[in-house]
Amino acid sequence: MDKYVCNVCGYVYNPAEGDPDNNVAPGTPWEKVPDEWTCPVCGASKDEFSKE
Amino acid sequence: MKSVEILKDIHYIGAVDWDRRNFHGYSLSPKGTTYNAFLIQDEKNTVVDTVDASFAGDLLCKIAHVMPVEKVDYIVVNHVEPDHSGALPRLVAACKPEKIVCSVMGEKAIKEYYDAKDWPLHVVKTGDTLSIGKRTLHFMETRMLHWPDSMMTYIPHDKLLISQDAFGQNYATSERFADEVDQAELARQLSRYYANIVLPYSSVTLKILEEVGKQGWDVQMIAPDHGLLWRGAGVGQVIEAYRNFALQKPANKAVVFFDTMWRSTEMMAHAVAQGLSDAGTPVTVMSLKANHHSDVMTEVFESGAVLVGSATHNNGVLPPVSAMLTYMKGLRPQNKVAAAFGSYGWSGESLKLVTEQLTAMHFDVIEGVRAKNRPTHDQLKACVDLGRKVAEALQAKIASF
Repeated sequence: MDKYVCNVCGYVYNPAEGDPDNNVAPGTPWEKVPDEWTCPVCGASKDEFSKE
Repeated sequence: MKSVEILKDIHYIGAVDWDRRNFHGYSLSPKGTTYNAFLIQDEKNTVVDTVDASFAGDLLCKIAHVMPVEKVDYIVVNHVEPDHSGALPRLVAACKPEKIVCSVMGEKAIKEYYDAKDWPLHVVKTGDTLSIGKRTLHFMETRMLHWPDSMMTYIPHDKLLISQDAFGQNYATSERFADEVDQAELARQLSRYYANIVLPYSSVTLKILEEVGKQGWDVQMIAPDHGLLWRGAGVGQVIEAYRNFALQKPANKAVVFFDTMWRSTEMMAHAVAQGLSDAGTPVTVMSLKANHHSDVMTEVFESGAVLVGSATHNNGVLPPVSAMLTYMKGLRPQNKVAAAFGSYGWSGESLKLVTEQLTAMHFDVIEGVRAKNRPTHDQLKACVDLGRKVAEALQAKIASF
């Protein structure tokens, strides 16, 4: 599963870890992360991420 | 210096750091700076932001000039960076506040910086409000403008926006308002601050300006956390300036920066500059030995074209060029035309290495020039031509922007 990087702050979404604090379970691939999810560090939307 | 009442019952209680030159460890502040903080007298007396720890005494003294420090009820922390929160521990100890207001990310950062386990932290999100009596404070998170914890506080009663680092300038003055000081210097410091601090977050800045518009706030005064406060026509002017900064429209202006060993690359720099100037693009030439990277960055930000010269040294580029490129890359300038040049003794990698870095920054890169040991007359002519080509490409880019 690919990792995705926030173009604004550099946070890396790692599918293995997910983002449990914001209801994204570990093991969730990028494609399955909800569209309304935002970067937990800087609040950027999904379209501001690119593949690592 | 005493506190200053900037609006009825709203006092400036910040500090003027006349001697500050090293700003945050990575840039220079040639005109010093100020750490702005405010005291609002209402049913709940509220301090918004503090100052660098070394000026905590100054802050407490200015509060005491208005009222006893123990009477402060609330503290708002718009930004946790130590130049604005450094005096928090002393202020908290002195006034034992009922609430310390911060963003979600602010709460995390405050706990990481300070021993805050007993502090009455009160977390707010965009759209939240807090009544302090006659006044209600409105909060808007501005994540990454310019840290994750950043937020702004708007007070409709006074039409005052306390904007934290946005719209700030490193400019130490005895005056408190932007319309009271030298306008050219003010503009320069506003641009310098944006170039060295806010620039990577330009897309966020545009969104936040849009968001401020959507909130329908009638802003008549903007109080940033550094430098002069904006009022009257200055409010619209500084918002427009930020919009233009964030859009990064290319300007017909170039900067040539370089480092040299035996002056060959320096000769090439001047030839490149001649070509730019001949073709109608004003240019600034900056030796990296004579100029700090934050001075160069301000010129890069204000220029539509960036030309980088480095001699080849041990199969690489000279260390100051490497440092400058690293600093520039992190600040993510956009919409530039660029080219590299440089001399070499035997292997000549610098041209390729610098060109690769400029390409990686998504600039429109024009093929550069290199010269062995000492540039010949023809090679210097090629440098003049390079400057001319860059100027023409820049002017075409501006016309089509």
